[in-house]
Amino acid sequence: MRAVLRCLVAGLVMSRPLAAQAQPPAAPHQHDAAQAPTPPLTPASTEDHSAHQAPATTPAAVELPAFIPPPTDADRQAAFPDVQGHGVHDNAVNYFVLFDQLEGQDGDGQGGVSWDIKGWVGQDLNRLWFRAEGERAGGRFDQAQTNLLYGRAISRWWDVTAGVRLDTLPDTPRSALAVGVQGLAPYWFEVEASAYVETSGRTHVRVETAYDLLLTNRLVLQPLIEFEIYGRADPERRIGTGLSTGELGLRLRYEFRREFAPYVGVVWNRKFFGTADVAQAGGDRISGARLALGVRLWM
Amino acid sequence: MRSQSHTQSVLNRPSRRTFVQGLAIGGAAASLGVVPRMAGAHTQERQDPAVLSGTEFNLRIGETEVNVTGKTRTALTINGSMPGPLLRWREGDTVRLRVANALDEDTSIHWHGIILPANMDGVPGLSFSGIHPGTAYDYRFTVKQSGTYWYHSHSGFQEQHGVYGPLVVDAREPEPFQYDREHVVMLTDWTDESAARVFSKLKKQSDYYNFRQRTVGTFLQDVRRHGLSATLAERRMWGQMRMSAADLADVTGYTYTYLMNGRAPAGNWTGLFTPGEKVRLRFINGSAMSYFDVRIPGLKMTVVAADGLPVRPVTIDEFRIAVAETFDVIVEPTGQAAFTIFAQAMDRTGFAAGTLATRAGLTAPVPEVDPRAVLTMADMGHGGMGHDMSTMAPAAAPPASPPAADPHAGHTMPPPPPPPAADPHAGHTMPAPAAASDPHAGHDMSATGGGAMQAHPRTEQGNPLVDMQTMTPSAKLDDPGIGLRDNGRRVLTYADLFSPFADPDGREPSRTIELHLTGHMARFAWSFDGIKFSNAEPLRLTYGERVRIVLVNDTMMTHPIHLHGMWSDLEDEAGQFKVRKHTIDMPPGSKRSYRVTANALGRWAYHCHLLLHMEAGMFREVRVDEGRQS
Repeated sequence: MRAVLRCLVAGLVMSRPLAAQAQPPAAPHQHDAAQAPTPPLTPASTEDHSAHQAPATTPAAVELPAFIPPPTDADRQAAFPDVQGHGVHDNAVNYFVLFDQLEGQDGDGQGGVSWDIKGWVGQDLNRLWFRAEGERAGGRFDQAQTNLLYGRAISRWWDVTAGVRLDTLPDTPRSALAVGVQGLAPYWFEVEASAYVETSGRTHVRVETAYDLLLTNRLVLQPLIEFEIYGRADPERRIGTGLSTGELGLRLRYEFRREFAPYVGVVWNRKFFGTADVAQAGGDRISGARLALGVRLWM
Repeated sequence: MRSQSHTQSVLNRPSRRTFVQGLAIGGAAASLGVVPRMAGAHTQERQDPAVLSGTEFNLRIGETEVNVTGKTRTALTINGSMPGPLLRWREGDTVRLRVANALDEDTSIHWHGIILPANMDGVPGLSFSGIHPGTAYDYRFTVKQSGTYWYHSHSGFQEQHGVYGPLVVDAREPEPFQYDREHVVMLTDWTDESAARVFSKLKKQSDYYNFRQRTVGTFLQDVRRHGLSATLAERRMWGQMRMSAADLADVTGYTYTYLMNGRAPAGNWTGLFTPGEKVRLRFINGSAMSYFDVRIPGLKMTVVAADGLPVRPVTIDEFRIAVAETFDVIVEPTGQAAFTIFAQAMDRTGFAAGTLATRAGLTAPVPEVDPRAVLTMADMGHGGMGHDMSTMAPAAAPPASPPAADPHAGHTMPPPPPPPAADPHAGHTMPAPAAASDPHAGHDMSATGGGAMQAHPRTEQGNPLVDMQTMTPSAKLDDPGIGLRDNGRRVLTYADLFSPFADPDGREPSRTIELHLTGHMARFAWSFDGIKFSNAEPLRLTYGERVRIVLVNDTMMTHPIHLHGMWSDLEDEAGQFKVRKHTIDMPPGSKRSYRVTANALGRWAYHCHLLLHMEAGMFREVRVDEGRQS
């Protein structure tokens, strides 16, 4: 019991609050600094961002012991040549494109396709994010949305994102401003939460969380929960106020390679509250289960 | 015979991914290196990379087709071989090395562990501007030391692609040990992938190469072994940290083939001996990312040198060699015609192997790799969080360690408050005047003894590139390390290493510089104090001063930390000089200190020698400027 308590306490100590306490230091770019001629001695006024390295305490004068000869002019010349080039390349731009779901679905005798694609390009802290997801069944789009977001890492496990979302449905296009967080919650739950304000002023919130359960090192079961809440009804899209739709997916993939993993899955959908009422009034079902067969790819 | 035993070892573990054995490359014994598959315009068909000695050397960095795994790949080589030629210098000589670049990108050669002027050190952007395509650079310096070293490119990922070679400096004076014959044993890792691609994969998915994650199966196993509540508690801790206990290596046998003198295990590099001889083996870990645990079943090894310099002889069964370290051992093979030199990767996903034999073509049984180990909270310096899982037990410090270093201290009591003298901020703020007999020296050390809660630099707080901080690190000098504890073999530890000479400087350090090794596994970002190289100011030293560097490992990986241009004089827990090295291994949860005499003007590289960690930002410039003459 005490051990458990201690774990919890330690866990609290270890986990960081969501909000960043401080931005990482934005020190001058090393290469710029390196190419500027530097005086032989750093004045104590040089502020180092990593203060405890204490360059300020670098001694200005050192009495040389007998076994350290005073430098000669040749030594000085050899020590500080004019140089170009980079020690390492730690700010390179990387990218990631993940086709998390590319699947055919079948339920109630109705076939459809669904996709969920995301990716980023950028450095360690600042990235441009792209998310696209949609469903097409019975010859029409049920959903097709694209998010273009700027994401910034603000703490150990969390990024904040901001940008736009475009719902490119043929009859009822919507565009919205988006802000959100994404990251890794304790116990490795991946979380994406976004709030949207449409051009009409309508607000909604969307949350998605997924978990990778390793049955083996290649066979992975991924539960996924996703729901959307509307601040105001959108009758044209048959969406009511409040919790509108929820989805629970369970996909079992096999990673032949990390980048290539076919999967089978089951997906349950449900409409809630006002959205369900509209559906029922129109003679539609408010919930359904489908089988999914697809592939997860990344590059 | 050898390949049979490989096959069996693979068949016995069907669930594990088999590591590439490599093709049998040639049958010739005592050869060194991958043989170029196709003789290029500038490479002749040659079995062995050359041994070059004297004072004038011509090296040429170029491309060579090699076949390590069954697929033809382009390696970057020195004089057409991988490893490059063995360079033999003589202590006291002035050597001249002309390095020509036949690549279509810049290159460089750094002489690892060699004390020389800054403009000869070979680090682009610090020592010189690199060697541009079609040009050459003349290195010229006087060799002031002897022993086993190596050399490698310091440009981009070239080291991973083959730009490395062994370097031996013969001593002027007789060495304090005797032997009849010697072999260089250079251990490296090879991948058919481009290193840039490996790096970019890790940026996308940092556990890409780890197919030994804990699974539902290992969870059930642990429940059977340790009970449900203990297992849940242990998983809870890892889950809260969002870390993986199976994270021993970023790049594994999934893509690596481990080489001994350029040969995969099936290539069976062979070093000859005559029974009764004393054979000196000069082990060099020239890997980009791989630690090895080395042993020769049937033989005791007497370690006589570390990082080139002699140490008081210590006889052992096995040693762990960090990336960039060298160890010289003496063995006396007798009673068998063949012995296997077995170097298993620290994460146990593969091994390098070769044979010591009385004649070419012999083999000896090749052992199985040891079971993989998983990290524990105690490993990471979270001693107070350890509990009763038996996997924790091996983490207990051997009896020789000071009581304060017991990682289990937290079981029965909370970590003791730091003693008054052990201000954990000492390293951060202590202004420490340059007094030759600074009485503070002992204070800092009481903190490295472990037990006290570790303070952390302000730059780590809330830093998105720092995913964990150690709580109660300790020096762990007498800890054989993860996967080697209680294995029934006598394993070398840093506690066994003593220079035969007294502290060559003799002065107490006048100040302490504490640096934390930091990183974010999921973002694959690595740094010191949470600041990557490109955002960091140089660490400034004044010519002639002596400083103490205290390193604290705030990550769950092991990092070999290498300072160019000056020696790293490792201290014990009490702050006494132990052994002079050029690369200090820093296991997770460790806090180790060493002294540096700033007797080399210039701008020096200071970095983690895991190539991809360095390239991700775990790199600093150490700048030694002249002080006012007083």
